[in-house]
Amino acid sequence: MALKMVKGSIDRMFDKNLQDLVRGIRNHKEDEAKYISQCIDEIKQELKQDNIAVKANAVCKLTYLQMLGYDISWAAFNIIEVMSASKFTFKRIGYLAASQSFHEGTDVIMLTTNQIRKDLSSPSQYDTGVALTGLSCFVTPDLARDLANDIMTLMSHTKPYIRKKAVLIMYKVFLKYPESLRPAFPRLKEKLEDPDPGVQSAAVNVICELARRNPKNYLSLAPLFFKLMTSSTNNWVLIKIIKLFGALTPLEPRLGKKLIEPLTNLIHRPGVFAVLISLSSGMPNHSASIQLCVQKLRILIEDSDQNLKYLGLLAMSKILKTHPKSVQSHKDLILQCLDDKDESIRLRALDLLYGMVSKKNLMEIVKKLMTHVDKAEGTTYRDELLTKIIDICSQSNYQYITNFEWYISILVELTRLEGTRHGHLIAAQMLDVAIRVKAIRKFAVSQMSSLLDSAHLLASSTQRNGICEVLYAAAWICGEFSEHLQEPHHTLEAMLRPKVTTLPGHIQAVYVQNVVKLYASILQQKEQAGEAEGAQAVTQLMVDRLPQFVQSADLEVQERASCILQLVKHIQKLQAKDVPVAEEVSALFAGELNPVAPKAQKKVPVPEGLDLDAWINEPLSDSESEDERPRAVFHEEEQRRPKHRPSEADEEELARRREARKQEQANNPFYIKSSPSPQKRYQDTPGVEHIPVVQIDLSVPLKVPGLPMSDQYVKLEEERRHQQKLEKDKRRKKRKEKEKKGKRRHGSLPTESDEDIAPAQQVDIVTEEMPENALPSDEDDKDPNDPYRALDIDLDKPLADSEKLPIQKHRNAETSKSPEKEDVPVAEKKSKKPKKKEKKHKEKGRDKEKKKEKEKKAADLDFWLSTTPPPAPAPAPAPVPSTEEVGVNAVTASKDECEDTKTEAQGEEDDAEGQEQDKKSPKPRKKKHKKEKEERTKGKKKSKKQPPGSEEAAGEAAQEPVQNGAPEEEPLPPESSYSLLAENSYIKMTCDVRGSLQEDSQVTVAIVLENRSSSVLKGMELSVLDSLNARMARPQGSSVHDGVPVPFQLPPGVSNEAQFVFTIQSIVMAQKLKGTLSFIAKNDEGATQEKLDFRLHFSCSSYLITTPCYSDAFAKLLESGDLSMSSVKVDGIRMSFQNLLAKICFHHHFSVVERVDSCASMYSRSIQGHHVCLLVKKGENSVSVDGKCSDSTLLSNLLEEMKATLAKC
Amino acid sequence: MIKAILIFNNHGKPRLSKFYQPNSEDTQQQIIRGTFYLVSKRDENVCNFLEGRLLIGGSNNKLIYKHYAIELDILDLIHVFVETLDKCFKNVCELDLIFHVDKVHNILAEMVMGGMLLETNMNEIVTQIDTENKLEKSEAGLAEALLSAVKNTNLPEIPRNINIGDISIKLTNLPSFK
Repeated sequence: MALKMVKGSIDRMFDKNLQDLVRGIRNHKEDEAKYISQCIDEIKQELKQDNIAVKANAVCKLTYLQMLGYDISWAAFNIIEVMSASKFTFKRIGYLAASQSFHEGTDVIMLTTNQIRKDLSSPSQYDTGVALTGLSCFVTPDLARDLANDIMTLMSHTKPYIRKKAVLIMYKVFLKYPESLRPAFPRLKEKLEDPDPGVQSAAVNVICELARRNPKNYLSLAPLFFKLMTSSTNNWVLIKIIKLFGALTPLEPRLGKKLIEPLTNLIHRPGVFAVLISLSSGMPNHSASIQLCVQKLRILIEDSDQNLKYLGLLAMSKILKTHPKSVQSHKDLILQCLDDKDESIRLRALDLLYGMVSKKNLMEIVKKLMTHVDKAEGTTYRDELLTKIIDICSQSNYQYITNFEWYISILVELTRLEGTRHGHLIAAQMLDVAIRVKAIRKFAVSQMSSLLDSAHLLASSTQRNGICEVLYAAAWICGEFSEHLQEPHHTLEAMLRPKVTTLPGHIQAVYVQNVVKLYASILQQKEQAGEAEGAQAVTQLMVDRLPQFVQSADLEVQERASCILQLVKHIQKLQAKDVPVAEEVSALFAGELNPVAPKAQKKVPVPEGLDLDAWINEPLSDSESEDERPRAVFHEEEQRRPKHRPSEADEEELARRREARKQEQANNPFYIKSSPSPQKRYQDTPGVEHIPVVQIDLSVPLKVPGLPMSDQYVKLEEERRHQQKLEKDKRRKKRKEKEKKGKRRHGSLPTESDEDIAPAQQVDIVTEEMPENALPSDEDDKDPNDPYRALDIDLDKPLADSEKLPIQKHRNAETSKSPEKEDVPVAEKKSKKPKKKEKKHKEKGRDKEKKKEKEKKAADLDFWLSTTPPPAPAPAPAPVPSTEEVGVNAVTASKDECEDTKTEAQGEEDDAEGQEQDKKSPKPRKKKHKKEKEERTKGKKKSKKQPPGSEEAAGEAAQEPVQNGAPEEEPLPPESSYSLLAENSYIKMTCDVRGSLQEDSQVTVAIVLENRSSSVLKGMELSVLDSLNARMARPQGSSVHDGVPVPFQLPPGVSNEAQFVFTIQSIVMAQKLKGTLSFIAKNDEGATQEKLDFRLHFSCSSYLITTPCYSDAFAKLLESGDLSMSSVKVDGIRMSFQNLLAKICFHHHFSVVERVDSCASMYSRSIQGHHVCLLVKKGENSVSVDGKCSDSTLLSNLLEEMKATLAKC
Repeated sequence: MIKAILIFNNHGKPRLSKFYQPNSEDTQQQIIRGTFYLVSKRDENVCNFLEGRLLIGGSNNKLIYKHYAIELDILDLIHVFVETLDKCFKNVCELDLIFHVDKVHNILAEMVMGGMLLETNMNEIVTQIDTENKLEKSEAGLAEALLSAVKNTNLPEIPRNINIGDISIKLTNLPSFK
């Protein structure tokens, strides 16, 4: 042995350690990869050795290589070996490597469960700490479930070092195993008031992180956080809390009022920038403090420190969301930031601008942005600008655009950007505007045709994703609305130029299609004018030019082109015979096109009997043309294809449906109208014809040399607004003269408000179509995979038994609490996830209490909120109402308080209601009217507490809470599954045997050791005489006769729990094992060696694990016929059925599947997978239990045990 | 939540990488390179924040960096981290990070756990680290001490290989072997 060690040490001398490895890599700069692969080979050799030090060294080096990007997953098992080393030095290396390389897919990770549990309960705080740190990085749902309880216990560890880590890691556990949130929450809440600031801050951290995602569940913690905020000096904690309040205030407006004072104090604190910044998100709705905050932020933004500038802008954007007005006044400052050299700051400023636009300033802001587009260096920022401009303009259904001509010109200007990736974005906007704003089509068409005409776009068309995408929109718009074209022939020629064939396929395809539309409308014109020759000339042009598309490599283009070419040739023949063809050709494209809502397709109900997933034909190999298709941005076009032109009848039908839908939407309070845009006024008018379109004076040339066109509109718009204003003033004056001294509402307003600006064109934004009965909702926007959704859990509800955390093996409870207490959230017996049905059933009887408790909680909050902000830091919720405005709920909750308080509170509440009138002297009034109030109280109680139809509430109004449905039923006394094992004057042992599903055929024996003497008990060791059937699991290397040490000492009067694992061969019979606990009792006089014998009893029930089962699965199981049957009957039972079932559940680990009257089916499963089904029937004074089980011996033994339990009832 | 903590030198060589979200080695390397690319492009006098780029894993991520060479809380965190390193290594320099990544990891583990802030009090961190180191030393015992002494006496051949940058460090260590 010794020789081996020496040999190992000598070997190690030649091993590289981490430093050597690093040095080596630095010295092999030329052939680093080769050197490293050499090193990895060495490491593999080292890992094969027995010496743990060598292994640890190897793993340490691997960790470094992992950082350099080498996969080390092959060493996962070795890492676990090093993790389980007894020395901290190695353990730490192992855990570090694990935390760097393990993830949910690592298969050996499940082997770590027991090791981690052992480390968590290690007497050395550093072992525990290192395990917690490691676990935080690689915790999986399985690990979370198995270890949740162990970690929860650590939250009450004596060392704050462990406590804070345990608290923090709980967040990870919650994420992976959401069921643990409710059982663990009470303790987590406790930790908010931990004496150690580190633990406190960890708890704040975790709760804030949870609350940020689902704030409403944490509203009841507001008072506690308020206290922390006013007392804490730790900036980190403050920041977190303020952020939390930021999420809470929108849910509870009264909270905002309460926060004003402390927050204002915080703002005034010098140099607390971070606090100020987080403040901005948590600011209550209080204009003075908002103003103050914004002013302070302005100072930050003006600061020369770029970081402060950035943070100031970030904070501003948070205020902007709630108080846009107060930020808008700082527009100048934000526009300035657009000039900043730092991109991060410019992007932040852009983001702010988005929220700051109004009808009044939109043009100005966009103009400014356009100048930046020109100046911008680097495509990323320029692209960002471009998307922002489009975002800003199109936001909330083009709410802020008063002049769409201007917008189209902006879009056209944007097409001059070179190398942008966002051509398709511009194109989509062009299409959207042209389709939805009917009045703008004429203008749009003229712009688009000049776009088609201008060659500069074609020149840069080599870039596939580039700006040439806009040609797609241009071609489509010109074709679709060709009736508006000034010179259709000219445009047609432009679209048939040979250069077009260099465009991407999907654009060419649109060209081809729209060329025909254009052609149709030209034919129409010519024929109406009687120019037969002209018409023939156009046809000839088509016949000449179309072949270039027929040769296209793009299938779509080729197909369309050849099809159309034949059509045109046919037309040519007809024309030669002087047959009028225009009517028929135009009929190809008759009908109006309507915009379809993006979600419409999804909302179309699938007809019955249609399986969309079934193959119609077996799939062919991938078609290559797939990637040539335009992106989904052009859904209008794509969705049109299957539909194509709706016939006239369809049109009518559509109109009718639309009308019906509008009616329905108008009556439906849940339907949120898409936007309150003034344009919408026009959408109700039946058609375009009826819209009085203002003719725009186009005598002003649209293009002024040297000045971008859109600027024109800014000027025009100013003039127009001025004009409008003048007119308005005139009207007003007239009115004034008329009314003389009448009420004036607009009287002295110096500036016109946003709403006063009427749009230049009478635009109508056509609402997007949706299938019938489909409502545009946001629900499908939610990501079902969002991990935080699972954590949306009501935390105020009391815990159900089924929710307790699963427990396994070695748990080392540090608290001296006795495990007999069943109401402690730390679970004692139940395992596995909660099952709805069962839960419901169980909770039925407690509905009342729960309701009460919930009310109480709400009441506490109400009460806390309702107290007027005190001058000093606010007190935590006090039980006695002291000030006015006490919520109604508060009264219901404080029912159990004395009558006086109640009426007084009620009285005050009344006062609060009448506050408006006699705020000055509430107190005297209160005294005076006390009697009267008492009467009113009664009346009010009835009216307020009893929502119509709620009988429960009526019951609640009675003094004592009555159990629902079973008033005579006594609640079960708190029970313990722990039974006495042995006791003497020194020590008392109680134990509980639990099965575990994880490990096959293993049971865990939890023994609570209670020191009854005045000595310290140490060196405890448990030795058990194994039988053939049952063996105790001992640490590796120890023999069968060795005892297993108990991992703690017991000071006088303290109790603690130790857990031991036993492996059982056959579980069909009960087992008894003899054992001895030996220990040293040490007091002032000296130490004595003592021992205590005991007999461990493994009942068959202890091999069962509470497993929920659904009734359908249960029925299947019974039908299967694989189960043998047996039954027992017990007489003389007086206990209620409910309690009876509870007893069976508790002592024999069953769960109720279904219960009908006095008959219930129950299910459980053994650790070896036997199914056990029970049917429990209650007669007058007897209970019969019929059982079915896959093993008959097990069943009969179980029933015997059950009989014994029932006999005691 | 903190998604990753990275340290690299001015040439983009990673000196420490700690990811708090599971990523494959390839993605990790990509993020490291992307981060360095973004940060190295930034001028000296700009703020220390960079928002959502594809290179750093999408638009929800924010990169907060500091040249050693400040959301303020994270900047502060970086500061505390560097100061703690300074205390633990007595004037920390790149070489310390190069040769003692494991130690840096251990220090970091006392500050951030699973992506969440654990401790910001520097004294507390240093105390824990010291205790852990003592524990490690006590475990090492005599045999290990001897071993490391023997191992280091092998030094003569090493100086040949190390480049100039390392010498200053090594020289300060040598006298102890006399």
